[in-house]
Amino acid sequence: MSSDDGQTSRRLFLANTIALAPLAALAAGRTAAQPSKGEELPSSAPAPDHPSVPDYRPAFFTTVEWPFINAACARLIPADEHGPGAIELGVPQYIDRQMGTPWADGAIWYMQGPFFAATPEFGYQSQLTPKQQYRLGIKAIDTLCQERLERPFAALAPAQQDDVLKQIEKGSLTSTELPLSTFFSGFLLKNVLEGYFGDPMYGGNKDMGAWKMIGYPGARADYLEWVGEAKAYPYGPVSIYGKRG
Amino acid sequence: MASPNKPVDVVIVGFGWTGAIMAIELAQAGLKVLALERGEDAATVPNWAYPKVVDEISQSARNGLLQNLSKSTVTIRHDKSDRALPYRQIGSFKPGTGVGGAGIHWSGVHSRVMPEELRLKSQITERYGARFIPAGMSLQDWGITFGELEPHFDHFEQVCGTSGKAGNIQGRKLEGGNPFEAPRSHEFPLPPLTDPPTSVLFAKATRDLGYHPYPLPAANASRPYTNPYGCQLGPCNFCGFCSDYGCINYSKASPQTTILPLLYRMPNFTLRTHAHVLKVNTDGAGKMATGVTYIDAQGQEVEQPAAMVVLAAFHLHNVRLMLSSGIGQPYNPETGEGTVGRNFCYQLLNSVNLFFNKSVYINQFMGSGGVGQAIEDFYGDNFDHGKLGFIGGGVIWGRQTGNGPVRGIPLPSGSPTWGSGWKAAVKENFLHTGRIESQLSNMAYRGCYLDLDPTYRDAYGVPLLRMTLNWQDNDLRMSEFFGEKLSQIGKAMGAISMAGRVLKRGDNWDTRPYQSTHINGGTAMGADPKTSVVNKYLQSWDVSNLFVLGANVFAHGIGYNPTGLVGALAYWAAANIRSSYLQNPGPLVRR
Repeated sequence: MSSDDGQTSRRLFLANTIALAPLAALAAGRTAAQPSKGEELPSSAPAPDHPSVPDYRPAFFTTVEWPFINAACARLIPADEHGPGAIELGVPQYIDRQMGTPWADGAIWYMQGPFFAATPEFGYQSQLTPKQQYRLGIKAIDTLCQERLERPFAALAPAQQDDVLKQIEKGSLTSTELPLSTFFSGFLLKNVLEGYFGDPMYGGNKDMGAWKMIGYPGARADYLEWVGEAKAYPYGPVSIYGKRG
Repeated sequence: MASPNKPVDVVIVGFGWTGAIMAIELAQAGLKVLALERGEDAATVPNWAYPKVVDEISQSARNGLLQNLSKSTVTIRHDKSDRALPYRQIGSFKPGTGVGGAGIHWSGVHSRVMPEELRLKSQITERYGARFIPAGMSLQDWGITFGELEPHFDHFEQVCGTSGKAGNIQGRKLEGGNPFEAPRSHEFPLPPLTDPPTSVLFAKATRDLGYHPYPLPAANASRPYTNPYGCQLGPCNFCGFCSDYGCINYSKASPQTTILPLLYRMPNFTLRTHAHVLKVNTDGAGKMATGVTYIDAQGQEVEQPAAMVVLAAFHLHNVRLMLSSGIGQPYNPETGEGTVGRNFCYQLLNSVNLFFNKSVYINQFMGSGGVGQAIEDFYGDNFDHGKLGFIGGGVIWGRQTGNGPVRGIPLPSGSPTWGSGWKAAVKENFLHTGRIESQLSNMAYRGCYLDLDPTYRDAYGVPLLRMTLNWQDNDLRMSEFFGEKLSQIGKAMGAISMAGRVLKRGDNWDTRPYQSTHINGGTAMGADPKTSVVNKYLQSWDVSNLFVLGANVFAHGIGYNPTGLVGALAYWAAANIRSSYLQNPGPLVRR
């Protein structure tokens, strides 16, 4: 490949045949394909490893919102005889930390108007970013709980909380502020599952507890000698940072 | 606008599979080739190095390798009387971005085409009569034969190191391959991959039912391999991070693993990334392309003169560039006149999860994108459609592509979606769930087309491409037929329950769940300029120094995965440019 400044390349004609070179030699010639100036080369290192910490303080959620997030996580994936719950695995931290990523501002979505209501088949048509969904969604649910049950969501009994979440999910409890079932299924529940099952470096899935529960080996990514055998895989999980579960 | 760049012999718009194929072919012919790619440069190391890339959050949940829709997307509606709305989040289909394009995050299923699909109108008319074609279906022949393409299918498989088993070499039927296969000139470069549990069960069940299972061709290497360009592939280790992911092992064929190492050594080739092409420029008469205009990394508009222009971006962008450049006559669904945007098609995918009891280990976390067993007893015109009353067909497979919990743990119908009951269900099912699917053709219809959206624009102020498409009766009746077959096969595989999605009459195209990135048509190829945008050499009928590659040249949606055909067509176009066009530039077919 020629060096590229876009202006100075001279007209070049090459002979029809190109000698084949072994890959090692080809790799050496790869320097020509380095990005042009002003471009950031993606790092080969994983994102910094920040597993869940016990004394986490939220960066995005307020002191009013944080109890909601924790209470919702505790009901969506409770600790029980099947395995660890979302709280002990750090899922609230995962969600709070995701609020600091470009995704939370809608940066990977087309967010230009005009916005119109549409049948569900046309997907997300709201102008609300994930941050706005959480801000408005939590407020709307706490307001509804306050009106009907005289307490914010986090202060309700677990059975009441389950009932509220079920009604929101099926669309029987609604708000004029935003479509609550979209907030529930498209954001809250989705992000709880991500945090529960994602790599521990993002703040959830502490000690790969969720992976151990279902028998998922995580980042092992090497199954050639096992794939032909329909048997239980014998090894526990590893995380992207090489910890063993 | 900055002063124009120095002219080049060829400017290639987009640098995925077709861009890389055309670039190396024309660079080898001695031309000065410039490829413009709007995304980032990318390579196995550092971009897809282990362990960084085996991360379901960044790659699957946050679409790490996909087009950032905030810059550009499409709008969608079901019918031309509806208002189209933007495709705001990734859902039904997954366009890629950057060097390698969708050739990075694809699965690797590497099929060809059936000879009769290239002459479907003739085939249907000859076998069932012209009245068998329903009103509103725009069936047409593609203007090319399987025999013309076969050497290029063969070559693309050699380039990719495709794993498979031939069922028909030069008319000689072979055990173990697909008995419906069209004649091949050679065996596959590599033997089939090891069958994972889903595929083992699928092969046994379909054989017992009297069908003809064969190993699905996979551009995931089953052995170490060196391709004709000297590029080396390593054996797939079934890591389970294939679709949505770049390959950690140099096993999945991509431009990076199979073509670019040699191309990057050629001094007459230049790649410019962060170059977003806005339009193809033409001369005063609109008969010749003079080059392209793009926006560079600094946001400046730059004119790039070229003696020849090749559109090699993903389907959506190729069609939109034709429309926004004003080349060819846009299709008018009222009159049926015009061609650009006509024959826009998709594919129907029925997906059924199979739940087994705890003694059956499927281990869905192991897998490879292209590995699987498939049957073609109901593909194309391999079966009699007369009594069934629909046109089309598809492939049914038991693949095991690799899945992790963030990508979603399928559960039996009626399972809770959260809480203790959900936990019990994911724990019980995760290791014991498989999946079978049917991937079906989608015919072209008068009411399904592409044009420019009147309301929504991209980050550069250019109108978005507008899709007008919905499932039609013919295709949904076909889908119901396949739903019954899937159910029969799932039962025979020993599933204790099944849950999934089978498209039925009354269903609309739902743009939310992923189903297939195999969108196609819009700049159909053909022998008749009244119904096609490019001739059989993928040369624009209107602008003879413009070639248009990609699945957008399909005249209807085939049942196979399209990459094999897209790659073969790119090699075919390149071969004819080298053998004919360069000697005598001008139309290769007279209008």
